[in-house]
Amino acid sequence: MFTIIDDGGASQVDERTWTELAKRAEVAGRPVAIDAAERVAYLGVTAADRATALSSLEAPDFTLPDLEGRQHSLSQHRGRKVLLVAYASW
Amino acid sequence: MITVALDRSDDDARPWIEAAKPTHPSLIDTRHVLADFYNIVNVPTILWIDEGGRLVRPNDVAFGTDTFKHITGIAAARHHAALRAWVRGEAAALPEARVRALQSLPTEADQQARAEFGLGEWLSAHGRGEAAARHFARAGELAPHDFTIRRGTMPMRGVDPMGPEFRTMLGEWVKAGNPYYRPLPE
Repeated sequence: MFTIIDDGGASQVDERTWTELAKRAEVAGRPVAIDAAERVAYLGVTAADRATALSSLEAPDFTLPDLEGRQHSLSQHRGRKVLLVAYASW
Repeated sequence: MITVALDRSDDDARPWIEAAKPTHPSLIDTRHVLADFYNIVNVPTILWIDEGGRLVRPNDVAFGTDTFKHITGIAAARHHAALRAWVRGEAAALPEARVRALQSLPTEADQQARAEFGLGEWLSAHGRGEAAARHFARAGELAPHDFTIRRGTMPMRGVDPMGPEFRTMLGEWVKAGNPYYRPLPE
């Protein structure tokens, strides 16, 4: 089986679909990363799409888990000021 | 406040979160979703978002404490004071035109690097470390000054994030004039 990762979600597809989806993303100008040996392709988001979203000044919404696996979205904090902090242990 | 750990796993972030006992959402982002959305290239990076969900302070370099001040030269107090004034309504955040002027937007190479990182992260999480390393290396070539990629993948590659590879990267970044990751001007 072949794996395609799009919008964070991985799906299993046959070889023909895999090749076609990757090609279609490439034609659309999206960044595509492929590992042919492992049969995995990752479809990314264009710089133009990211730039448009950031320039709109509408803070991009995201949903991520905490340590207990509970999902949190930025949009749940509408109506309050938010300090967003990205950090890491490394 | 929302904190997001750009870490390999829950377990990498856990000791810090358990020690801090936060009352705010403290999230884990193994896939660097936040870095992709907000063009974040190093940590710590902070942003201010107002009540309407608008960006009122773009990516900035600010610290919670002065632990690293002797290295970074950045005192925590400056950002703390500005933040407090904004939260209390004593001072406005930045005007829209200023936010846009200070924003750093991703290039196509940055986004290709993030796709290579995403593929590598998936392969790494699925026990295919050797294949993952190929894509992490490619991602690092595409975005040589992105610490979330070059340094952030070190734990996944079994490399010491404080070791020689990090110091090499840091040296290249300093030589290039500290691109992309610097505190906003006053």
